[in-house]
Amino acid sequence: MRDGKGASRAPVLRFTNCRILRGRRLLREDLWVREGRILDPEKLFFEERLVADQQRDCGGCLLAPGFIDVQINGGFGVDFSQATEDVGSGVALVAQRILSHGVTSFCPTLVTSPPEVYHKVLPQIPVKSGGPHGAGVLGVHLEGPFISREKRGAHPEAYLRSFEANAFHDVLATYGSLDNVRIVTLAPELGRSHEVIRALTARGICVSLGHSVADLQVAEEAVQSGATFITHLFNAMLPFHHRDPGIVGLLTSDRLPPGRHIFYGMISDGIHTNPAALRIAHRAHPQGLVLVTDAVPALGLGNGRHTLGQQEVEVDGLTAYVAGTKTLSGSIAPMDVCIRHFLQATGCSVESALEAASLHPAQLLGLEKLKGTLDFGADADFVMLDDSLHVQATYISGELVWQAEEARQ
Amino acid sequence: MAALGPAVSSCELRVSASSSRLSRLGTRCCCVRGAAPLSQTPASLSPRPLLASPFLTCPLQNTMKLIILDHYSQASEWAAKYIRNRIIQFHPGPDKYFTLGLPTGSTPLGCYKKLIEYYKNGDLSFKYVKTFNMDEYVGLPREHPESYHSFMWNNFFKHIDIHPENTHILDGNAADLQAECDAFEEKIQAAGGIELFVGGIGPDGHIAFNEPGSSLVSRTRVKTLAMDTILANARFFDGDLAKVPTMALTVGVGTVMDAREVMILITGAHKAFALYKAIEEGVNHMWTVSAFQQHPRTVFVCDEDATLELKVKTVKYFKGLMLVHNKLVDPLYSIKEKETEKSQSSKKPYSD
Repeated sequence: MRDGKGASRAPVLRFTNCRILRGRRLLREDLWVREGRILDPEKLFFEERLVADQQRDCGGCLLAPGFIDVQINGGFGVDFSQATEDVGSGVALVAQRILSHGVTSFCPTLVTSPPEVYHKVLPQIPVKSGGPHGAGVLGVHLEGPFISREKRGAHPEAYLRSFEANAFHDVLATYGSLDNVRIVTLAPELGRSHEVIRALTARGICVSLGHSVADLQVAEEAVQSGATFITHLFNAMLPFHHRDPGIVGLLTSDRLPPGRHIFYGMISDGIHTNPAALRIAHRAHPQGLVLVTDAVPALGLGNGRHTLGQQEVEVDGLTAYVAGTKTLSGSIAPMDVCIRHFLQATGCSVESALEAASLHPAQLLGLEKLKGTLDFGADADFVMLDDSLHVQATYISGELVWQAEEARQ
Repeated sequence: MAALGPAVSSCELRVSASSSRLSRLGTRCCCVRGAAPLSQTPASLSPRPLLASPFLTCPLQNTMKLIILDHYSQASEWAAKYIRNRIIQFHPGPDKYFTLGLPTGSTPLGCYKKLIEYYKNGDLSFKYVKTFNMDEYVGLPREHPESYHSFMWNNFFKHIDIHPENTHILDGNAADLQAECDAFEEKIQAAGGIELFVGGIGPDGHIAFNEPGSSLVSRTRVKTLAMDTILANARFFDGDLAKVPTMALTVGVGTVMDAREVMILITGAHKAFALYKAIEEGVNHMWTVSAFQQHPRTVFVCDEDATLELKVKTVKYFKGLMLVHNKLVDPLYSIKEKETEKSQSSKKPYSD
């Protein structure tokens, strides 16, 4: 028997009898993992001259990169925007429960809140790797308070702010530390937004346009200043108009910086966007589509009243409204439900649907080397799906972190 | 014409001294003549299935066999079955590896697919098989999709149970190319020589990268590729001639001649002229595969299209022998039936 080079080496795991999403296609290939990363088996064979230590038969399942949710406000009763003493456990609970939806990384999202809330909550949500304890935290998504009054949606009017006075200093004063922040959604029509966008982008924070009444020109200028994302396309923005497409026009704009394209979030729960609108956006710009859940704390709970930010919401089936109104208050469809609905509504390929929930959000955040792909060297965060895209098992760093009941036998 | 090898007591070695074209094709399989010890009937010309396993009763037969199947898929399957039977009947083990020489290119793909199928069905194992590939491009990164390392990994190694340490492919990026070639020859020696070398033929009649004009006693070395070969390979490099490597490391004609048995796969009309030159004309260094006319044990496996340039007489003769030659692949052995196989071969000279 061949002995290892020196001390015992990390075991090589080989997932067989599966199809994997790689190079934008579903291939009949095995997936090799070592030390939490996807391994190149050809290199292992010819250079290290090793074979796999363990094999796992995937029963013909699909292996896709773990899903990445860049907009989720809470779930299972937890509200990320609530300034409790122990925000960390709330985040941990959600992180653990979303594993069953196939989500392996996420951005906890805070809606418009008073500065005290940001100051208290943000330091308690550090960037964290995923594992058996739950999905990884990539950083916080701050949706507001620098948004349009007219398009605030479910956000509380009392806490909306502007940065006309001191631009970036106002931002810092409002949020406190930006250390754990990954994405900021703001309305570009607010005065001095360009300075803010540039300052945020310079710190590696992704700027997203949303909850805004900006026209296309203002939106294009914001992108030229560094904005790269649109928060829940169609919702909380001016509707598409043929003489002024507004923010929606960014999907086909020819005034974006060369080599760059815009990413846009879509809530594909069957409620927030009409399937026809979903199809128009997808056909116009499939490469930029990012599936998000925009899930509220009521995700995973039953019908009834729950808290979201500083307001109450009413849940009825798959719909959540601001209590007492007809304003939608976020979705409660899990990520895998969104993917299946997206696939069915657009008639797109399985590869496209899976990429919209993995590769595209990773590209948005500049993480596509390590996340959102099954390329060699990437983190071994992946999800095992059956042919109808139901999650059978979830893996983080090559370790099984969740498994469906039937599969457990 | 000198005898091609020692005569074996139970078999007759037939070497024709006449200059007829047929005789230059080598000896006929002695088993046709029915000199086998287990046979009860007198020898006759008609090719009757007299032996279950020609290997066991005539281990040292010196033959050239031309196997002709109708289509590419059948030729590939026949070749794969032959290799399978050879490996299994060799009874390889931890102290006795079966050494196999292997080719690349489009011709052997069907054969590899069948071998993989046999492994997946549990009928064949490569655990005690050592492989030596014929060639590799110089200067192409190992991970390049067109390198022969990639070819072997994607089309064969990754699907079977061979251990990486038992595979040998020349390294076209070695610092000292000739030393790499010499080391390859030594590895073959150390493994006990090649039991069965499987190869293909180029449209210019070359074996491996032994281009027209190569010495017929050559050893593993660096070769510059002929224009014919570069043109033939361009289709793997987006049709861009500039991208095709111009040099390669290759086993020599002599290296392959040292193997105990050689099997050449030749399919397709574009190889027909090369096959004609290889077996109906003389031994000539411009058509290096012709060297195997002087090898004691060669099998050419072809499809109909590859025989298009041969004499009708040749084709008819060898097609007539298919009944006998098919005994080499039927019965088809499996590692699942090790016990049955042993009793079968000693008790049942006739197959059903």
